[in-house]
Amino acid sequence: MSVAIDFADLVAISLFIYGLHELNSPATARRGNTLAMIGMLIALVGIIVRTGAVGWPAVAAGIAIGAFVGIYAAAKVKMTAMPQMVALYNGAGGGAVALIATVEFYAKSGGAFALDPVVAVSLALSAIIGAISFAGSIIAFLKLQEVMTGRPVTYPGQQAVNAAVLLAIAGLAGWFVATLGVLPAWGFDLLIIAALLLGVLFVLPIGGADMPVVISLLNSFTGVSVAIAGFELDSTLLIICGALVGASGTILTVAMSRAMNRPLTNVLFGAFGATGGMEVASSGGPQQIRSTSADDVAVMLAYASKVIFVPGYGMAVAQAQHSVKALADQLEKRGVKVLYAIHPVAGRMPGHMNVLLAEANVPYNQLLDMEDANPEFPTADVALVIGANDVTNPAARTVASSPIYGMPILDVDKAANVVVLKRSMRSGFAGIENPLYELPNTSMLFGDAKASVDELTAAVKAL
Amino acid sequence: MTDVTHLVELLTVLVLAIFVGFEVISKVPTTLHTPLMSATNAIHGIVLAGAIVVTAALFSEAHSAALTILAVAAVTLGAINVFGGFAVTQRMLQMFRRREGPK
Repeated sequence: MSVAIDFADLVAISLFIYGLHELNSPATARRGNTLAMIGMLIALVGIIVRTGAVGWPAVAAGIAIGAFVGIYAAAKVKMTAMPQMVALYNGAGGGAVALIATVEFYAKSGGAFALDPVVAVSLALSAIIGAISFAGSIIAFLKLQEVMTGRPVTYPGQQAVNAAVLLAIAGLAGWFVATLGVLPAWGFDLLIIAALLLGVLFVLPIGGADMPVVISLLNSFTGVSVAIAGFELDSTLLIICGALVGASGTILTVAMSRAMNRPLTNVLFGAFGATGGMEVASSGGPQQIRSTSADDVAVMLAYASKVIFVPGYGMAVAQAQHSVKALADQLEKRGVKVLYAIHPVAGRMPGHMNVLLAEANVPYNQLLDMEDANPEFPTADVALVIGANDVTNPAARTVASSPIYGMPILDVDKAANVVVLKRSMRSGFAGIENPLYELPNTSMLFGDAKASVDELTAAVKAL
Repeated sequence: MTDVTHLVELLTVLVLAIFVGFEVISKVPTTLHTPLMSATNAIHGIVLAGAIVVTAALFSEAHSAALTILAVAAVTLGAINVFGGFAVTQRMLQMFRRREGPK
Protein backbone atom coordinates (compact mmCIF):
# COMPACT_ATOMS: atom_id res chain seq x y z
CA MET A 1 0.00 0.00 0.00
CA SER A 2 2.75 2.39 1.00
CA VAL A 3 4.53 1.77 -2.30
CA ALA A 4 1.33 2.59 -4.20
CA ILE A 5 1.08 5.93 -2.39
CA ASP A 6 4.73 6.75 -3.04
CA PHE A 7 4.00 6.00 -6.67
CA ALA A 8 0.98 8.33 -6.53
CA ASP A 9 3.31 11.08 -5.26
CA LEU A 10 5.62 10.43 -8.20
CA VAL A 11 2.71 10.73 -10.64
CA ALA A 12 1.53 13.94 -8.96
CA ILE A 13 5.01 15.50 -9.07
CA SER A 14 5.39 14.56 -12.74
CA LEU A 15 2.03 16.17 -13.48
CA PHE A 16 3.09 19.38 -11.69
CA ILE A 17 6.33 19.61 -13.66
CA TYR A 18 4.72 18.75 -16.99
CA GLY A 19 1.84 21.14 -16.22
CA LEU A 20 4.30 23.98 -15.59
CA HIS A 21 6.00 23.07 -18.86
CA GLU A 22 2.66 23.37 -20.68
CA LEU A 23 2.17 26.80 -19.09
CA ASN A 24 5.04 28.00 -21.29
CA SER A 25 2.73 28.61 -24.22
CA PRO A 26 -0.70 30.26 -24.44
CA ALA A 27 -1.94 27.41 -26.63
CA THR A 28 -1.31 24.72 -24.00
CA ALA A 29 -1.52 26.77 -20.80
CA ARG A 30 -5.04 25.68 -19.87
CA ARG A 31 -4.15 22.04 -20.26
CA GLY A 32 -1.09 22.69 -18.08
CA ASN A 33 -3.22 24.04 -15.27
CA THR A 34 -5.66 21.12 -15.58
CA LEU A 35 -2.78 18.64 -15.35
CA ALA A 36 -1.49 20.38 -12.24
CA MET A 37 -4.99 20.19 -10.72
CA ILE A 38 -5.16 16.44 -11.42
CA GLY A 39 -1.72 16.09 -9.84
CA MET A 40 -2.93 17.92 -6.74
CA LEU A 41 -6.00 15.68 -6.49
CA ILE A 42 -3.85 12.53 -6.73
CA ALA A 43 -1.40 13.85 -4.13
CA LEU A 44 -4.14 14.80 -1.67
CA VAL A 45 -6.03 11.51 -2.02
CA GLY A 46 -2.70 9.71 -1.50
CA ILE A 47 -2.04 11.67 1.70
CA ILE A 48 -5.51 10.99 3.11
CA VAL A 49 -5.11 7.26 2.42
CA ARG A 50 -1.63 7.33 3.98
CA THR A 51 -2.92 8.89 7.19
CA GLY A 52 -5.67 6.27 7.32
CA ALA A 53 -8.14 9.17 7.33
CA VAL A 54 -7.49 9.61 11.07
CA GLY A 55 -9.31 12.68 12.36
CA TRP A 56 -11.23 12.87 9.11
CA PRO A 57 -14.14 14.97 10.38
CA ALA A 58 -11.73 17.76 11.32
CA VAL A 59 -9.77 17.42 8.08
CA ALA A 60 -12.92 17.32 5.97
CA ALA A 61 -14.34 20.37 7.73
CA GLY A 62 -11.14 22.34 7.13
CA ILE A 63 -10.98 21.36 3.47
CA ALA A 64 -14.66 22.11 2.91
CA ILE A 65 -14.42 25.58 4.44
CA GLY A 66 -11.18 26.39 2.63
CA ALA A 67 -12.40 25.08 -0.71
CA PHE A 68 -15.65 27.03 -0.43
CA VAL A 69 -13.94 30.29 0.54
CA GLY A 70 -11.20 29.92 -2.09
CA ILE A 71 -13.43 28.95 -5.00
CA TYR A 72 -16.16 31.44 -4.10
CA ALA A 73 -13.70 34.35 -3.86
CA ALA A 74 -11.97 33.30 -7.09
CA ALA A 75 -15.28 33.20 -8.94
CA LYS A 76 -16.50 36.54 -7.59
CA VAL A 77 -13.34 38.60 -7.93
CA LYS A 78 -13.08 41.09 -10.79
CA MET A 79 -10.32 40.51 -13.35
CA THR A 80 -8.69 43.75 -12.18
CA ALA A 81 -8.40 42.43 -8.63
CA MET A 82 -6.56 39.23 -9.62
CA PRO A 83 -3.15 40.39 -8.32
CA GLN A 84 -4.39 40.92 -4.79
CA MET A 85 -6.23 37.58 -4.87
CA VAL A 86 -2.94 35.88 -5.71
CA ALA A 87 -1.41 37.75 -2.77
CA LEU A 88 -4.18 36.58 -0.47
CA TYR A 89 -3.99 32.90 -1.49
CA ASN A 90 -0.24 33.06 -1.18
CA GLY A 91 -0.65 34.45 2.33
CA ALA A 92 -2.95 31.54 3.17
CA GLY A 93 -0.20 29.10 2.14
CA GLY A 94 2.38 30.91 4.26
CA GLY A 95 -0.03 30.96 7.20
CA ALA A 96 -0.59 27.21 6.87
CA VAL A 97 3.17 26.59 7.00
CA ALA A 98 3.53 28.72 10.16
CA LEU A 99 0.57 26.95 11.80
CA ILE A 100 1.98 23.52 10.95
CA ALA A 101 5.26 24.49 12.62
CA THR A 102 3.36 25.76 15.66
CA VAL A 103 1.31 22.56 16.02
CA GLU A 104 4.43 20.43 15.51
CA PHE A 105 6.30 22.36 18.20
CA TYR A 106 3.54 22.10 20.79
CA ALA A 107 2.67 18.47 19.95
CA LYS A 108 6.24 17.13 19.84
CA SER A 109 8.15 19.28 22.28
CA GLY A 110 6.18 22.07 23.90
CA GLY A 111 9.54 23.20 25.18
CA ALA A 112 9.98 20.04 27.30
CA PHE A 113 11.53 17.50 24.89
CA ALA A 114 14.48 17.88 22.55
CA LEU A 115 13.65 17.70 18.85
CA ASP A 116 15.67 15.96 16.17
CA PRO A 117 18.21 18.56 14.94
CA VAL A 118 16.86 18.51 11.38
CA VAL A 119 13.32 18.98 12.68
CA ALA A 120 14.41 21.80 15.00
CA VAL A 121 16.17 23.75 12.25
CA SER A 122 13.45 23.24 9.64
CA LEU A 123 10.67 23.94 12.14
CA ALA A 124 12.17 27.30 13.14
CA LEU A 125 12.97 28.32 9.54
CA SER A 126 9.59 27.33 8.11
CA ALA A 127 7.79 29.10 10.96
CA ILE A 128 9.74 32.31 10.32
CA ILE A 129 9.43 32.36 6.53
CA GLY A 130 5.80 31.22 6.56
CA ALA A 131 4.83 33.93 9.05
CA ILE A 132 6.69 36.65 7.07
CA SER A 133 4.95 35.51 3.89
CA PHE A 134 1.54 35.46 5.60
CA ALA A 135 1.78 38.93 7.14
CA GLY A 136 3.51 40.48 4.11
CA SER A 137 0.87 39.10 1.72
CA ILE A 138 -1.95 40.51 3.83
CA ILE A 139 -0.33 43.97 3.73
CA ALA A 140 0.21 43.65 -0.05
CA PHE A 141 -3.47 42.73 -0.40
CA LEU A 142 -4.60 45.70 1.72
CA LYS A 143 -2.41 48.05 -0.32
CA LEU A 144 -3.62 46.83 -3.72
CA GLN A 145 -7.24 46.70 -2.56
CA GLU A 146 -6.70 50.31 -1.42
CA VAL A 147 -7.99 49.52 2.05
CA MET A 148 -4.79 51.21 3.16
CA THR A 149 -2.65 53.70 1.28
CA GLY A 150 -0.70 52.35 -1.69
CA ARG A 151 2.02 54.89 -0.95
CA PRO A 152 5.18 53.92 0.85
CA VAL A 153 4.74 54.20 4.62
CA THR A 154 7.93 55.58 6.10
CA TYR A 155 8.95 56.93 9.47
CA PRO A 156 12.22 58.01 11.03
CA GLY A 157 14.42 55.17 12.21
CA GLN A 158 12.59 52.65 10.03
CA GLN A 159 15.72 50.81 8.96
CA ALA A 160 16.87 50.61 12.59
CA VAL A 161 13.51 49.18 13.70
CA ASN A 162 13.58 46.58 10.90
CA ALA A 163 17.16 45.65 11.78
CA ALA A 164 16.18 45.27 15.44
CA VAL A 165 13.28 42.95 14.58
CA LEU A 166 15.50 40.94 12.26
CA LEU A 167 18.10 40.64 15.00
CA ALA A 168 15.45 39.52 17.50
CA ILE A 169 14.31 36.83 15.05
CA ALA A 170 17.89 35.65 14.53
CA GLY A 171 18.46 35.57 18.30
CA LEU A 172 15.24 33.67 19.08
CA ALA A 173 15.81 31.22 16.21
CA GLY A 174 19.39 30.67 17.41
CA TRP A 175 18.11 29.98 20.91
CA PHE A 176 15.51 27.54 19.56
CA VAL A 177 17.97 25.61 17.44
CA ALA A 178 20.75 25.59 20.05
CA THR A 179 18.40 24.07 22.65
CA LEU A 180 16.68 21.82 20.07
CA GLY A 181 13.38 23.35 21.10
CA VAL A 182 13.86 22.93 24.85
CA LEU A 183 12.97 26.45 25.93
CA PRO A 184 10.06 28.27 27.57
CA ALA A 185 7.15 28.13 25.10
CA TRP A 186 6.96 31.93 25.00
CA GLY A 187 10.32 31.85 23.20
CA PHE A 188 8.66 30.11 20.27
CA ASP A 189 5.55 32.31 20.43
CA LEU A 190 7.74 35.41 20.41
CA LEU A 191 9.59 34.07 17.37
CA ILE A 192 6.31 33.75 15.44
CA ILE A 193 5.17 37.22 16.54
CA ALA A 194 8.49 38.80 15.55
CA ALA A 195 8.32 37.11 12.12
CA LEU A 196 4.74 38.36 11.58
CA LEU A 197 5.90 41.84 12.56
CA LEU A 198 8.79 41.68 10.11
CA GLY A 199 6.38 40.68 7.32
CA VAL A 200 4.29 43.78 8.01
CA LEU A 201 7.28 46.13 8.39
CA PHE A 202 8.94 44.81 5.25
CA VAL A 203 5.99 45.47 2.93
CA LEU A 204 4.80 48.77 4.50
CA PRO A 205 7.53 51.01 3.02
CA ILE A 206 7.13 49.55 -0.48
CA GLY A 207 5.01 51.60 -2.86
CA GLY A 208 2.20 50.25 -5.00
CA ALA A 209 4.28 50.44 -8.18
CA ASP A 210 6.67 47.86 -6.80
CA MET A 211 3.92 45.58 -5.46
CA PRO A 212 4.11 43.01 -8.32
CA VAL A 213 7.74 42.37 -7.45
CA VAL A 214 6.81 41.96 -3.79
CA ILE A 215 3.97 39.50 -4.48
CA SER A 216 6.28 37.47 -6.68
CA LEU A 217 8.92 37.50 -3.97
CA LEU A 218 6.41 36.45 -1.30
CA ASN A 219 5.19 33.65 -3.59
CA SER A 220 8.76 32.47 -3.78
CA PHE A 221 9.07 32.76 0.03
CA THR A 222 6.04 30.56 0.56
CA GLY A 223 7.53 28.02 -1.84
CA VAL A 224 10.76 27.98 0.15
CA SER A 225 8.87 27.67 3.44
CA VAL A 226 6.90 24.71 2.05
CA ALA A 227 10.14 23.03 0.96
CA ILE A 228 11.59 23.51 4.45
CA ALA A 229 8.36 22.18 6.00
CA GLY A 230 9.03 19.12 3.84
CA PHE A 231 12.19 18.49 5.89
CA GLU A 232 10.24 19.03 9.10
CA LEU A 233 7.58 16.46 8.07
CA ASP A 234 9.98 14.20 6.11
CA SER A 235 7.98 14.62 2.89
CA THR A 236 9.69 14.63 -0.51
CA LEU A 237 6.37 15.75 -1.99
CA LEU A 238 6.51 19.04 -0.07
CA ILE A 239 10.24 19.46 -0.70
CA ILE A 240 9.88 19.09 -4.46
CA CYS A 241 6.78 21.25 -4.87
CA GLY A 242 8.15 23.95 -2.58
CA ALA A 243 11.48 24.00 -4.40
CA LEU A 244 9.77 24.22 -7.79
CA VAL A 245 7.79 27.26 -6.66
CA GLY A 246 10.74 28.81 -4.86
CA ALA A 247 12.79 28.59 -8.07
CA SER A 248 10.02 29.96 -10.30
CA GLY A 249 9.18 32.79 -7.92
CA THR A 250 12.83 33.82 -7.87
CA ILE A 251 13.00 33.88 -11.67
CA LEU A 252 9.84 35.96 -11.93
CA THR A 253 11.02 38.37 -9.25
CA VAL A 254 14.35 38.90 -10.96
CA ALA A 255 12.68 39.31 -14.37
CA MET A 256 10.37 41.97 -12.97
CA SER A 257 13.09 43.92 -11.19
CA ARG A 258 15.13 43.81 -14.37
CA ALA A 259 12.21 45.17 -16.41
CA MET A 260 12.02 48.10 -14.02
CA ASN A 261 15.79 48.47 -13.95
CA ARG A 262 15.61 48.57 -10.18
CA PRO A 263 17.90 46.27 -8.24
CA LEU A 264 15.88 44.14 -5.86
CA THR A 265 17.59 45.79 -2.90
CA ASN A 266 16.22 49.19 -4.04
CA VAL A 267 12.72 47.80 -4.31
CA LEU A 268 12.91 46.35 -0.84
CA PHE A 269 14.76 49.07 1.00
CA GLY A 270 14.32 52.19 -1.12
CA ALA A 271 10.75 53.48 -0.37
CA PHE A 272 9.78 54.36 -3.95
CA GLY A 273 8.81 57.99 -4.57
CA ALA A 274 8.78 58.89 -0.90
CA THR A 275 11.16 61.82 -1.08
CA GLY A 276 12.58 62.62 -4.52
CA GLY A 277 9.27 62.26 -6.30
CA MET A 278 7.55 64.85 -4.17
CA GLU A 279 10.26 67.39 -4.91
CA VAL A 280 9.94 66.87 -8.65
CA ALA A 281 6.20 67.28 -8.38
CA SER A 282 6.28 70.51 -6.42
CA SER A 283 9.04 72.23 -8.38
CA GLY A 284 7.24 72.04 -11.72
CA GLY A 285 4.32 74.31 -10.90
CA PRO A 286 1.05 73.82 -12.77
CA GLN A 287 1.62 71.76 -15.89
CA GLN A 288 0.93 73.27 -19.30
CA ILE A 289 -1.34 70.74 -20.94
CA ARG A 290 -3.62 70.63 -23.95
CA SER A 291 -7.05 69.08 -23.56
CA THR A 292 -8.87 67.72 -26.61
CA SER A 293 -12.24 66.26 -27.61
CA ALA A 294 -13.27 62.77 -28.71
CA ASP A 295 -14.24 64.02 -32.19
CA ASP A 296 -10.79 65.52 -32.82
CA VAL A 297 -9.07 62.36 -31.69
CA ALA A 298 -11.42 60.21 -33.80
CA VAL A 299 -10.37 62.08 -36.95
CA MET A 300 -6.72 61.76 -36.03
CA LEU A 301 -7.12 57.99 -35.51
CA ALA A 302 -9.31 57.28 -38.53
CA TYR A 303 -6.89 58.88 -40.99
CA ALA A 304 -3.75 57.44 -39.46
CA SER A 305 -1.91 54.56 -41.04
CA LYS A 306 -0.48 53.15 -37.82
CA VAL A 307 -1.88 53.53 -34.33
CA ILE A 308 -0.31 52.04 -31.20
CA PHE A 309 -2.48 51.50 -28.13
CA VAL A 310 -0.65 51.73 -24.81
CA PRO A 311 -2.87 50.22 -22.13
CA GLY A 312 -2.23 50.62 -18.42
CA TYR A 313 -3.92 50.25 -15.07
CA GLY A 314 -6.57 52.82 -16.03
CA MET A 315 -7.84 50.44 -18.71
CA ALA A 316 -8.03 47.62 -16.17
CA VAL A 317 -9.89 49.73 -13.60
CA ALA A 318 -12.43 50.93 -16.15
CA GLN A 319 -12.83 47.38 -17.57
CA ALA A 320 -12.29 49.04 -20.95
CA GLN A 321 -10.65 46.09 -22.75
CA HIS A 322 -13.77 45.18 -24.77
CA SER A 323 -14.29 48.83 -25.72
CA VAL A 324 -10.66 49.05 -26.77
CA LYS A 325 -11.08 45.99 -28.98
CA ALA A 326 -14.23 47.54 -30.51
CA LEU A 327 -12.31 50.73 -31.32
CA ALA A 328 -9.49 48.68 -32.85
CA ASP A 329 -12.03 46.79 -35.00
CA GLN A 330 -13.47 50.08 -36.28
CA LEU A 331 -10.01 51.40 -37.11
CA GLU A 332 -8.94 48.18 -38.82
CA LYS A 333 -12.09 48.30 -40.91
CA ARG A 334 -10.78 51.61 -42.21
CA GLY A 335 -7.40 50.08 -43.01
CA VAL A 336 -5.53 51.46 -39.98
CA LYS A 337 -2.82 49.20 -38.60
CA VAL A 338 -3.41 48.74 -34.87
CA LEU A 339 -0.77 47.50 -32.45
CA TYR A 340 -0.68 47.22 -28.68
CA ALA A 341 2.45 48.10 -26.74
CA ILE A 342 2.67 46.27 -23.43
CA HIS A 343 5.15 47.43 -20.84
CA PRO A 344 6.36 44.56 -18.65
CA VAL A 345 4.96 46.19 -15.52
CA ALA A 346 1.90 47.91 -17.02
CA GLY A 347 -1.06 47.37 -14.74
CA ARG A 348 -0.04 45.81 -11.50
CA MET A 349 1.36 42.47 -12.56
CA PRO A 350 3.44 41.36 -15.52
CA GLY A 351 1.04 39.98 -18.09
CA HIS A 352 -1.92 41.81 -16.49
CA MET A 353 -2.67 43.70 -19.71
CA ASN A 354 -2.21 40.60 -21.85
CA VAL A 355 -4.77 38.72 -19.80
CA LEU A 356 -7.33 41.51 -20.09
CA LEU A 357 -6.78 42.02 -23.83
CA ALA A 358 -6.90 38.28 -24.45
CA GLU A 359 -10.27 38.31 -22.69
CA ALA A 360 -11.40 40.81 -25.33
CA ASN A 361 -10.10 38.52 -28.11
CA VAL A 362 -7.22 40.73 -29.20
CA PRO A 363 -4.94 38.56 -31.40
CA TYR A 364 -1.58 37.68 -29.78
CA ASN A 365 0.43 38.94 -32.74
CA GLN A 366 -0.82 42.50 -32.18
CA LEU A 367 0.54 42.54 -28.64
CA LEU A 368 4.10 43.81 -28.63
CA ASP A 369 6.35 43.74 -25.61
CA MET A 370 8.60 46.67 -24.88
CA GLU A 371 11.60 45.65 -27.02
CA ASP A 372 9.41 45.11 -30.08
CA ALA A 373 7.14 48.11 -29.49
CA ASN A 374 9.72 50.85 -29.06
CA PRO A 375 11.09 50.70 -32.64
CA GLU A 376 7.48 51.05 -33.86
CA PHE A 377 6.75 54.40 -32.17
CA PRO A 378 8.81 56.69 -34.47
CA THR A 379 6.77 55.49 -37.46
CA ALA A 380 3.41 55.58 -35.67
CA ASP A 381 0.96 58.37 -36.39
CA VAL A 382 -0.76 58.14 -33.04
CA ALA A 383 0.13 56.61 -29.71
CA LEU A 384 -3.09 56.25 -27.74
CA VAL A 385 -2.24 55.95 -24.07
CA ILE A 386 -5.16 54.33 -22.24
CA GLY A 387 -4.71 54.81 -18.53
CA ALA A 388 -0.97 54.18 -18.46
CA ASN A 389 1.23 56.70 -16.73
CA ASP A 390 4.56 55.87 -15.12
CA VAL A 391 5.54 53.39 -17.85
CA THR A 392 5.38 56.21 -20.43
CA ASN A 393 7.17 58.85 -18.34
CA PRO A 394 10.11 60.27 -20.31
CA ALA A 395 11.59 61.55 -17.06
CA ALA A 396 12.83 57.98 -16.58
CA ARG A 397 15.24 58.63 -19.49
CA THR A 398 16.35 62.16 -18.73
CA VAL A 399 15.78 63.36 -15.17
CA ALA A 400 18.46 61.80 -13.01
CA SER A 401 16.75 62.97 -9.82
CA SER A 402 13.50 61.21 -10.69
CA PRO A 403 12.72 58.17 -8.56
CA ILE A 404 12.01 56.17 -11.70
CA TYR A 405 15.20 57.31 -13.46
CA GLY A 406 16.69 54.43 -15.43
CA MET A 407 13.47 52.41 -15.67
CA PRO A 408 12.97 51.37 -19.31
CA ILE A 409 9.82 53.01 -20.67
CA LEU A 410 7.67 52.86 -23.76
CA ASP A 411 8.84 55.66 -26.08
CA VAL A 412 5.36 57.00 -26.77
CA ASP A 413 6.71 60.55 -27.08
CA LYS A 414 8.48 59.49 -30.32
CA ALA A 415 5.13 59.00 -32.07
CA ALA A 416 3.87 61.86 -34.28
CA ASN A 417 0.92 62.42 -31.96
CA VAL A 418 0.26 61.26 -28.45
CA VAL A 419 -3.23 61.13 -27.02
CA VAL A 420 -3.54 60.37 -23.34
CA LEU A 421 -6.82 59.08 -21.95
CA LYS A 422 -6.83 59.84 -18.27
CA ARG A 423 -9.34 60.39 -15.51
CA SER A 424 -7.64 63.46 -14.07
CA MET A 425 -4.22 65.01 -13.69
CA ARG A 426 -3.58 62.87 -10.64
CA SER A 427 -0.13 61.37 -10.73
CA GLY A 428 0.45 57.66 -11.28
CA PHE A 429 1.22 54.92 -8.83
CA ALA A 430 4.77 56.09 -8.30
CA GLY A 431 3.39 59.49 -7.24
CA ILE A 432 5.42 61.55 -9.69
CA GLU A 433 4.53 64.01 -12.43
CA ASN A 434 4.74 63.02 -16.08
CA PRO A 435 6.40 65.58 -18.40
CA LEU A 436 4.94 63.65 -21.35
CA TYR A 437 1.70 65.58 -20.84
CA GLU A 438 3.43 68.91 -21.49
CA LEU A 439 4.97 67.95 -24.83
CA PRO A 440 3.69 69.88 -27.86
CA ASN A 441 2.60 66.68 -29.66
CA THR A 442 0.59 65.44 -26.66
CA SER A 443 -3.08 66.09 -26.06
CA MET A 444 -5.21 64.89 -23.19
CA LEU A 445 -8.67 63.40 -23.30
CA PHE A 446 -10.06 63.42 -19.78
CA GLY A 447 -12.63 60.94 -18.51
CA ASP A 448 -13.14 57.33 -17.55
CA ALA A 449 -11.14 55.15 -19.95
CA LYS A 450 -14.15 53.03 -20.98
CA ALA A 451 -16.41 56.04 -21.55
CA SER A 452 -13.71 57.84 -23.56
CA VAL A 453 -12.95 54.82 -25.74
CA ASP A 454 -16.66 54.23 -26.38
CA GLU A 455 -17.00 57.87 -27.41
CA LEU A 456 -14.04 57.49 -29.75
CA THR A 457 -15.54 54.35 -31.31
CA ALA A 458 -18.85 56.11 -31.89
CA ALA A 459 -17.09 59.14 -33.35
CA VAL A 460 -14.99 56.99 -35.72
CA LYS A 461 -18.10 55.11 -36.82
CA ALA A 462 -19.87 58.40 -37.55
CA LEU A 463 -17.08 59.68 -39.82
CA MET B 1 19.29 10.80 16.16
CA THR B 2 19.43 12.26 12.71
CA ASP B 3 19.87 9.78 9.92
CA VAL B 4 22.53 11.57 7.89
CA THR B 5 22.12 9.37 4.81
CA HIS B 6 18.42 10.16 4.71
CA LEU B 7 19.11 13.89 5.14
CA VAL B 8 21.53 13.82 2.21
CA GLU B 9 18.88 12.04 0.13
CA LEU B 10 16.36 14.76 0.93
CA LEU B 11 18.91 17.48 0.13
CA THR B 12 19.64 15.79 -3.21
CA VAL B 13 15.94 15.82 -4.05
CA LEU B 14 15.76 19.50 -3.01
CA VAL B 15 18.64 20.58 -5.21
CA LEU B 16 17.40 18.63 -8.22
CA ALA B 17 13.90 20.10 -7.81
CA ILE B 18 15.38 23.62 -7.73
CA PHE B 19 17.18 22.97 -11.03
CA VAL B 20 14.02 21.53 -12.59
CA GLY B 21 12.13 24.62 -11.38
CA PHE B 22 14.58 26.97 -13.07
CA GLU B 23 14.60 24.97 -16.30
CA VAL B 24 10.91 24.32 -16.70
CA ILE B 25 9.87 27.88 -15.97
CA SER B 26 12.52 30.19 -17.33
CA LYS B 27 11.10 30.05 -20.86
CA VAL B 28 7.62 31.42 -20.08
CA PRO B 29 6.68 34.53 -22.13
CA THR B 30 5.60 37.75 -20.34
CA THR B 31 2.03 37.12 -21.44
CA LEU B 32 1.81 34.16 -19.12
CA HIS B 33 3.68 35.57 -16.14
CA THR B 34 0.58 36.35 -14.10
CA PRO B 35 -1.13 33.00 -14.76
CA LEU B 36 2.19 31.28 -14.09
CA MET B 37 2.63 33.02 -10.77
CA SER B 38 -0.91 32.05 -9.90
CA ALA B 39 -0.36 28.41 -10.93
CA THR B 40 2.85 28.09 -8.92
CA ASN B 41 0.99 29.73 -6.06
CA ALA B 42 -1.60 26.94 -6.28
CA ILE B 43 1.12 24.27 -6.41
CA HIS B 44 2.67 25.39 -3.13
CA GLY B 45 -0.82 24.75 -1.78
CA ILE B 46 0.55 21.20 -1.45
CA VAL B 47 1.19 22.43 2.08
CA LEU B 48 -2.39 21.21 2.57
CA ALA B 49 -0.95 17.69 2.46
CA GLY B 50 1.38 18.64 5.30
CA ALA B 51 -1.51 20.11 7.27
CA ILE B 52 -3.51 16.88 6.82
CA VAL B 53 -0.57 14.77 8.05
CA VAL B 54 -0.12 16.97 11.13
CA THR B 55 -3.83 16.93 11.94
CA ALA B 56 -4.02 13.15 11.58
CA ALA B 57 -0.94 12.71 13.80
CA LEU B 58 -2.58 14.94 16.39
CA PHE B 59 -5.74 12.85 16.41
CA SER B 60 -3.86 9.56 16.84
CA GLU B 61 -2.74 10.61 20.34
CA ALA B 62 -4.03 12.71 23.22
CA HIS B 63 -4.34 16.30 22.11
CA SER B 64 -5.62 19.64 23.38
CA ALA B 65 -8.53 21.51 21.88
CA ALA B 66 -6.35 24.54 21.18
CA LEU B 67 -3.92 22.51 19.07
CA THR B 68 -6.83 20.91 17.20
CA ILE B 69 -8.12 24.35 16.31
CA LEU B 70 -4.70 25.43 15.05
CA ALA B 71 -4.34 22.24 12.99
CA VAL B 72 -7.79 22.62 11.42
CA ALA B 73 -6.96 26.28 10.72
CA ALA B 74 -3.82 25.09 8.90
CA VAL B 75 -5.93 22.67 6.82
CA THR B 76 -8.39 25.48 6.03
CA LEU B 77 -5.67 27.92 4.95
CA GLY B 78 -3.99 25.19 2.88
CA ALA B 79 -7.30 24.41 1.19
CA ILE B 80 -7.88 28.11 0.43
CA ASN B 81 -4.42 28.18 -1.15
CA VAL B 82 -5.04 25.09 -3.31
CA PHE B 83 -8.64 25.58 -4.41
CA GLY B 84 -8.53 29.38 -4.66
CA GLY B 85 -5.17 29.29 -6.43
CA PHE B 86 -6.28 26.83 -9.10
CA ALA B 87 -9.67 28.53 -9.53
CA VAL B 88 -8.09 31.95 -10.10
CA THR B 89 -5.55 30.48 -12.52
CA GLN B 90 -8.32 28.72 -14.41
CA ARG B 91 -10.23 32.00 -14.69
CA MET B 92 -7.18 33.84 -15.99
CA LEU B 93 -6.48 31.12 -18.54
CA GLN B 94 -10.12 31.05 -19.62
CA MET B 95 -9.24 34.31 -21.35
CA PHE B 96 -6.72 32.54 -23.54
CA ARG B 97 -9.20 30.08 -24.98
CA ARG B 98 -9.54 30.54 -28.69
CA ARG B 99 -13.24 31.05 -29.16
CA GLU B 100 -14.72 29.10 -32.07
CA GLY B 101 -16.21 31.60 -34.48
CA PRO B 102 -19.41 30.83 -36.42
CA LYS B 103 -18.65 28.85 -39.54
